[in-house]
Amino acid sequence: MLPAISFPHAVLAALRQSTRWAGLAIFVGLATLATVSSPASGQDSTTTTEPAAEEEGPAESVRGRLLDKKGTKDRDDDVPVEGVDITVDEAGGEEVGSATSNDEGEFEIPVPGPGRYGVTLNLDTLPDGVGFTEGRNSTELDVRPNQARIVQFALGPRTRNVTTTFDRVLQLGFSGIRFGLIIAITSVGLSLIFGTTGLTNFAHGEMVTFGGIIAWWFNVRGGLNLIVATVLAVVVGFAAAALLDLALWRRLRNRGMSLLAMMVVSIGLSLLLRNVYQITFGESPRPFGDYAEQTGYIVGPVRIAPKEIWAISLSLVVLLAVAYVLQRTKIGKAMRAVADNRDLAASSGIDVDRVILFVWGMGGALATLGGVLFSLNERVSFNGGFNLLLLMFAGITLGGLGTAYGALVGSFVVGLFIQLSTIWVSPELKNVGALLVLALVLLVRPQGILGRAERVG
Amino acid sequence: MDFELIFENGLKSLFGTEAVVYALAAIGLNVHFGYTGLVNFGQVAFVAMGAYGLAMGVVTFGWSMWLGIFVGLLAAVVLAILLGVPSLRLRADYLAIVTIAAGEIVRLVLRAASFRRSTGGANGLQNFADPFFDLNPLNAGSYGVWILKYNHRTMWVLIVGWTLVALTSTVVWLLMRSPWGRVVKSIREDEDAVRSLGKSVNAYKMQSLILGGVIGALGGVIFAISRQSVQPDNYSTAFTFFAYTALILGGTARILGPIIGSMIFWSLLSFTDVTLRQAVSADYIPGDFLSGNNVGIVRFILVGAGLAALMIFRPQGIFGNKEEVAIGERG
Repeated sequence: MLPAISFPHAVLAALRQSTRWAGLAIFVGLATLATVSSPASGQDSTTTTEPAAEEEGPAESVRGRLLDKKGTKDRDDDVPVEGVDITVDEAGGEEVGSATSNDEGEFEIPVPGPGRYGVTLNLDTLPDGVGFTEGRNSTELDVRPNQARIVQFALGPRTRNVTTTFDRVLQLGFSGIRFGLIIAITSVGLSLIFGTTGLTNFAHGEMVTFGGIIAWWFNVRGGLNLIVATVLAVVVGFAAAALLDLALWRRLRNRGMSLLAMMVVSIGLSLLLRNVYQITFGESPRPFGDYAEQTGYIVGPVRIAPKEIWAISLSLVVLLAVAYVLQRTKIGKAMRAVADNRDLAASSGIDVDRVILFVWGMGGALATLGGVLFSLNERVSFNGGFNLLLLMFAGITLGGLGTAYGALVGSFVVGLFIQLSTIWVSPELKNVGALLVLALVLLVRPQGILGRAERVG
Repeated sequence: MDFELIFENGLKSLFGTEAVVYALAAIGLNVHFGYTGLVNFGQVAFVAMGAYGLAMGVVTFGWSMWLGIFVGLLAAVVLAILLGVPSLRLRADYLAIVTIAAGEIVRLVLRAASFRRSTGGANGLQNFADPFFDLNPLNAGSYGVWILKYNHRTMWVLIVGWTLVALTSTVVWLLMRSPWGRVVKSIREDEDAVRSLGKSVNAYKMQSLILGGVIGALGGVIFAISRQSVQPDNYSTAFTFFAYTALILGGTARILGPIIGSMIFWSLLSFTDVTLRQAVSADYIPGDFLSGNNVGIVRFILVGAGLAALMIFRPQGIFGNKEEVAIGERG
């Protein structure tokens, strides 16, 4: 970790600048979509239903009635859906005609003659909350001579996400921001521990899981409100990590054990802890007592649950607090000094052991908090933290091993990238993206974005 | 408590197929970690290459067993190159991170439903080992001495397996006594000194990575044959940690180390497992403290604690030499 240097500050300033523009763009985009997708009050619904008595006019047509069945078989609660655009084309060819459903949900589109046609419902014109309960929004059908062919679209509450790619990008982007911030919180501790002690703590994932499990005990078994449980869990996390340093790591450091050996010890510890959790907590993931099910508001195409907003805001506040501690407080300065050059820091009067103790405590507290936030969405499980460990490593390597700000930036990018990658890649493989990022960074710039360009070999 | 069963089980696992598999994996790891000082925490990925090479070759592609094994070993070489290129020139921490990640990724990809048609997904593949057992010269029956008896199929696997262990150990022993081995051992001690003598450190490291990986893949082949199935969840990071514990227990940078280490390690683990299960079913340990399922998990706890304790108290293991341990004192 470095004292203030122009490059990282420049990067952070640029990031701040671009996130401002990005935020503005996202807001404008969301606002536009919100207005476009809600049925406008004064919208003109063109009726193209031909009067039944008229003898002239095309003999063949495609017609139908759009009803929002509300997911029930009861006909009485069906609501006509108006303002939806339907288009008919020559079975994959040119457009033949289009119509908008009227206030009875009816539409009729004349076609030039019998034959095969494709009928497509324009998804963007569906009102909020209405989607397809089955089938797709386009279908092909045959029109016989003199037939006014009826086409059915099964509409109901929007449970299935028949969304466009842009919608998915927004939704995944939002969850990626949340996920990235959580990884950022948990990896800051890991990076600081590495920076001050040189230890690559493979048991950090278990500290994250610890947070989730302790909060779960306080919340579900102890009956405490989740917020109180989280505060208690963070305190316990701080204490437990500090105790670990006192009882184990400090002794090994004083013995002169090599960093590699300590890393292997941390791997053994990780295996031990993970399986203790499995025995005491059980194999299946369990949700917290409160805030488990929140369907969330729909802002345009994106579904946002209140707990996600809380998670994001809390993460940002905590990260800012960490930055403040590092830059402005005495202990923060001492941490940076020890990370930079331990002997020099010791010779200038800093109590290195005390600083390291504090670093472990803080790392534990941050990991615990991250664990609770992670488990809000993913539920508490015995190996949740271990699954995050790979992503933390990817984030830290991307940002620069040993720099706290690097961990923040890198982890955030990794989290966002992984969530967005599920557009193309199946969700079970999304962690593969993290490895690819890792490998790429090591090939091109092993010290990461914010790391010093020193020899890392 | 059936003490005879416990004893017989312990003795059989000393020489059984799991000991063979871990011995081969540990010999490969010994080349990486014991002799060259490479912290490869993804050895299970190499093992999976061998196992799935054979299984997929026979089941998915319809090849002969030999071609499947050959492709598996080739895949191990490719994996070694892919892993080595970005990380060998970097510090040990980075190699550890990348290899652990690689191991998990291999398992996730093999498990993915998207590839289920080729890899068998979470259920894995079966029915590929028949060509191996067709070569069995032993007639049906039980073979062995005293209470150490195995059926003819297992005996065949053991014969082939231990022969492989002996062969690979001899190869490694000869290599490490050669000039190549001397360079590799020096890399473990002081990379910069070797570089200053004009040797291409990265090339030697890569060769070592490939060699150890191929030996690991052979272990995978035996693993697949011994179980007559491959399932992705058997190839998780726990396997690598077991192999490390076996290696460190026996002593790194020693030819007999991985072999004896695996035998003792597996026998101890199996012994504990059976004893605990007997104790639970005989109610010496109350059932709600430790249920049947959890006994298997206790093994992992013991391994984790054992690994940490070994590193702290006796990093050179049984046969090892304290000076030659790649991760001895600082500096």
